[in-house]
Amino acid sequence: MNTHNAMLSPELSAAALRKIDREVAKYPADQKQSAVMAALVIAQDEKGWLSKETIAAVAGYLGMAPIAAYEVASFYNMYDLHPVGRYKLTVCTNLPCALSGGVHAADYVKQKLGIDFNETTPDGKFTLKEGECMGACGDAPVLLVNNKRMCSFMLPEQIDKLLAECK
Amino acid sequence: MALIDTINPLLTTGWAKGDAGWSLKDYEARGGYKQLRRVLESKMTPDDLIAEIKKSVLRGRGGAGFPTGLKWSFMPKAAPEKYVVCNTDEGEPGTFKDRDLLRFDPHSTIEGMIIAAYAVGAKRGYNYIHGEIFEIYQRFEEALDQARAAGYLGSNILGSDFSFDLFAHHGWGAYICGEETGLLESIEGKKGQPRYKPPFPANFGLYGKPTTINNTETFAAIPFILGMGGEAYLGLGKPNNGGTKLFSVSGHVNRPGNYEVPMGTPFAKLLEMAGGMRGGRKLKAVIPGGSSAPVLPADVMMECTMDYDSIAKAGSMLGSGAVIVMDETVCMVKALERLSYFYFEESCGQCTPCREGSGWLYRVVHRIEHGQGRPEDLDLLNRVTDNMMGKTICALAAAAAFPVRSFIKHFKTEFEYHIENKKCLIDPEVQRMGSGFFKAGAA
Ligand SMILES: Cc1cc2nc3c(=O)[nH]c(=O)nc-3n(C[C@H](O)[C@H](O)[C@H](O)COP(=O)(O)O)c2cc1C
Ligand code: SF4
Ligand code: FES
Repeated sequence: MNTHNAMLSPELSAAALRKIDREVAKYPADQKQSAVMAALVIAQDEKGWLSKETIAAVAGYLGMAPIAAYEVASFYNMYDLHPVGRYKLTVCTNLPCALSGGVHAADYVKQKLGIDFNETTPDGKFTLKEGECMGACGDAPVLLVNNKRMCSFMLPEQIDKLLAECK
Repeated sequence: MALIDTINPLLTTGWAKGDAGWSLKDYEARGGYKQLRRVLESKMTPDDLIAEIKKSVLRGRGGAGFPTGLKWSFMPKAAPEKYVVCNTDEGEPGTFKDRDLLRFDPHSTIEGMIIAAYAVGAKRGYNYIHGEIFEIYQRFEEALDQARAAGYLGSNILGSDFSFDLFAHHGWGAYICGEETGLLESIEGKKGQPRYKPPFPANFGLYGKPTTINNTETFAAIPFILGMGGEAYLGLGKPNNGGTKLFSVSGHVNRPGNYEVPMGTPFAKLLEMAGGMRGGRKLKAVIPGGSSAPVLPADVMMECTMDYDSIAKAGSMLGSGAVIVMDETVCMVKALERLSYFYFEESCGQCTPCREGSGWLYRVVHRIEHGQGRPEDLDLLNRVTDNMMGKTICALAAAAAFPVRSFIKHFKTEFEYHIENKKCLIDPEVQRMGSGFFKAGAA
């Protein structure tokens, strides 16, 4: 399948729909809506972000009202309702992390990339977000790459290494 | 990896091999699923099972400390459709024990949930896992597959007439879903906005059906309690504070990490296990039970033992067991500003006192920190908290208020200094070096 077209059309690929089906199967037959959080994650992974059209496509697939899916997409922090860079970095700056350098790690990334929180580098490579507690405060500073990969003990050398790894 | 140390390993026995010891065969080799087998083969009655848990005086590890056996006994017996739900939405700042429980020993939580399902008569369960820990969610799903393949989950478990299946539900970044009814809404595929209570989940839970919901650590303790007997488990701790507890120690210590100790262990001992104060600096304050618990000054904390009653007597809460340690490099106004921002950001917005109050708290603390505080601001903050507590659907409003009240109460001079002098009492350079991010002498 042409991935470029898949990115542009709100329709989800057959592979994504199969993944959604696996999520639907976790819930009672009359509770398909329970799979909407997972389905939106699958859609976001495929499209890079969630447009209104993509959200409506997910809602349609699960037989729920588009507004109900949109409410979910806008309530939870890790859904991206606007395009983000290829690498979304979310740094935890909450107090337990801040005591061990969380805020300083975020400042360091800002300076390295020349962007502030909620901004994307001009080349579209990095978006920076401020995060809340990730349940990993003992490993501070911590940051998430594209929602799914957690990086621990992110001191300057580790941050440099991570940024260099992101192609 | 989170360092661990322990006085009396129970929950952490399986952690010894780190990431290499989590799978089913390892768990079975250390006696895993033996208790489930014993319960089913001996046809233990649910009433006897619940009585054993009551004897242990296991209190919920999610924050509120409600007795687990009692909670299970609230489930209506006759209802045809019931659920067991595990709360691994660990988002309370400072808490990172449930992540490590699922990382190093997911099967103890699974076994605990199956036994709970047997006790309350549930046929289906969910574990709600915090959005930010995708790798842990994946591992848990793998562990579920292992348990299913081995016949611990599914129809007629181990040849008995008991059937139960368990699934993982992945959160996606909303602290409020840690609140149990917000969590249930979230599993139903909605915004995670807490429900009015009563009715409580035992009567009206997931999909409106009777539901038992417990924290991960609570479930993980169940097989160990059955293994040693309720009384012996209680005896590990102190009266009314049964067993061992995981403490997530973060902040200014040499070895942040999870430590399992018997309830009633002196705080001084826990601090020593965590390697003592970073750089040998002086202890200033501790938040002993997650960011929602009132802060305690060093001298009060050093007299406490780590159990529900001692910490409550000192004026705080054991909460989730997240011990946030702060040394003398911390500006208490700045620390409170960050916590207040968190509650403002995470309020679900249903209740006016919480939605508006959390914003007020943040804005006023923010202006004090940034040199625009007014002399009447401390009274204003206290008044705003009065209008938040006890007037909302869930406890997030109180969780936002506790830090504000306690920081002002114990560190008032620092707030007054900020308002008068429009700057921190603690030199900014001292604060900067306190985090350990910068090497001494580097820019
Ligand atoms: C704002 C808020 C956040 C909460 N977050 C969590 C959480 O992350 N994990 C948890 O187990 N309990 C959390 N709780 C407590 C749960 O509502 C509930 O009491 C607990 O899961 C019950 O389990 P237990 O009896 O085993 O402690 C939270 C409560 C509130 C009000
Ligand atoms: S107290 Fe706050 S978080 Fe809780 S239900 Fe009300 S608005 Fe939502
Ligand atoms: S405060 Fe950053 S992970 Fe908990």
